Amino acid sequence: MQLTDTTGSAATTADPGTPADTGRPILDVAALHKSYGALKVLRGIDLAVWPREMVFLIGPSGSGKSTLLRCLNRLEEPSSGSIVVDGIDIMAPGTDLNRVRQRIGMVFQSFNLYPHMTALGNVTLALRKVQGRRRADAEDLGRAVLGRVGLSDKADAYPHALSGGQQQRVAIARALALEPRVMLFDEPTSALDPELVGSVLQVMRNMRESGMTMVVVSHEFGFARAAADRVLFLDTGRVVEQGPPEQIFDAPQEARTRDFVRRITQH
Amino acid sequence: MDNFLFSFFNLDVMVRYFPAIVDGFILTTYLGLAVVLTGLGLGLTLALIRSLRWRVVNVLIVIAVDVFRALPPLVIIILFYFALPSAGVTMTGFTATWLSLSLVLAAFSEEIFWAGILAVQKGQWEAARSTGLGLGQTLAYVVLPQAVRLTIPPLVNRAIAITKGTALGSVVAVQEILTQATTAQSFSGNPTPLTLGALAYLILFLPVVIFGRWLETRFAWRR
Ligand SMILES: Nc1ncnc2c1ncn2[C@@H]1O[C@H](COP(=O)(O)OP(=O)(O)OP(=O)(O)O)[C@@H](O)[C@H]1O
Ligand SMILES: [Mg+2]
Repeated sequence: MQLTDTTGSAATTADPGTPADTGRPILDVAALHKSYGALKVLRGIDLAVWPREMVFLIGPSGSGKSTLLRCLNRLEEPSSGSIVVDGIDIMAPGTDLNRVRQRIGMVFQSFNLYPHMTALGNVTLALRKVQGRRRADAEDLGRAVLGRVGLSDKADAYPHALSGGQQQRVAIARALALEPRVMLFDEPTSALDPELVGSVLQVMRNMRESGMTMVVVSHEFGFARAAADRVLFLDTGRVVEQGPPEQIFDAPQEARTRDFVRRITQH
Repeated sequence: MDNFLFSFFNLDVMVRYFPAIVDGFILTTYLGLAVVLTGLGLGLTLALIRSLRWRVVNVLIVIAVDVFRALPPLVIIILFYFALPSAGVTMTGFTATWLSLSLVLAAFSEEIFWAGILAVQKGQWEAARSTGLGLGQTLAYVVLPQAVRLTIPPLVNRAIAITKGTALGSVVAVQEILTQATTAQSFSGNPTPLTLGALAYLILFLPVVIFGRWLETRFAWRR
């Protein structure tokens, strides 16, 4: 399983996000458009995410960050454009979306845990019903993944009995258990009390070190600065500027990026 | 007082008509169960179909549901029993009552199930679909278990209210509790069978009401 593969982790940490060792991007988005009626939310997004890369999406409210993320596994139907995930054209007619979606983990701002199932039940549902694993098999795997997010002792707890940080880590485990090739995070810590944010960021840091490819929408600029390989600044449905975090946060080239970064870091 | 006891708690009459009331009790139970199973089953099926959001089908469902919620059940029973034969469709009083009440319960429960499905947060669908669960799997494992819990109190109330409508079957000669009681009353010239009938209804429905209460507390869970 990817996360336990520690052999590659040293190399990743030392040399993050270098596409040299990899033939093709995990995620390849080209000319992605999305409109709601007359409202053009995405206006031609091009984005290639390489294996082991951690890409941050930042931008003002309404700039289309969530919409972009949700188009990537077609929770939202793109108006046009192409999306290739791990070599599979997910826009092609006849693509088995349910199969592809297991390769794309998604973590939501509001956790969206199933309230009628335990942490383990949440993690094992897709293992059993989508991957067709036997219950015992799925539960072994589920417990292992819960262990990786630091929740071995919470397997039998229901979501309402968990803190926000624990719930979000269960949600991460639920996605991780399917061994995705890429993980999408939409403001994973925005709904958390400040003292709980750290536990979730720590899990994401561990994932990064074990080589998971990640696309993250987040306002945790400190975390982005420390962990991101690349930051994209979105505004009105376009990528205005992208580059390493030092560029985006310290020396933005575009006036709009400058304004946004200044506004966010001031308050 | 003696007069009251003679009229409503006449032991002779009770003993004589007890078997008839038991027959009615059995038939009412049978009819009620059939109505609950058919009505709730059909209501759930309609709500599930509606969740597929096929526009034309949904409009048809909404129209049918509204018609059967608007019509008094007695009117439907009478239509089925007395009017349909002139269109070449004949049915027994039992069938007419069963079908009418089932359709009414289906209409009301479809609305309740549908409201329950809508009340499940969109994020639940998204989480499930994002892990590769299909539409049907998402409904079955994620949405319905939550929707059903939300809908148990109104569903139980509605099912009880409509099942009590089995008494309407007396109009079309269904030998249920009320029919047996009124028949016995006219034969004996004494209202005691009505007392028995009321007791029979209590014995039948009180446990259901209490069971509904228990279900409500059992399935209330924190979010
Ligand atoms: N289902 C929808 N129907 C119509 N408009 C929508 C829908 N979803 C999003 N939008 C609009 O699309 C635009 C982009 O929304 P999106 O949620 O992608 O922004 P965002 O960058 O994630 O913002 P935030 O930082 O506030 O989360 C907004 O103007 C929003 O109102
Ligand atoms: Mg958003």
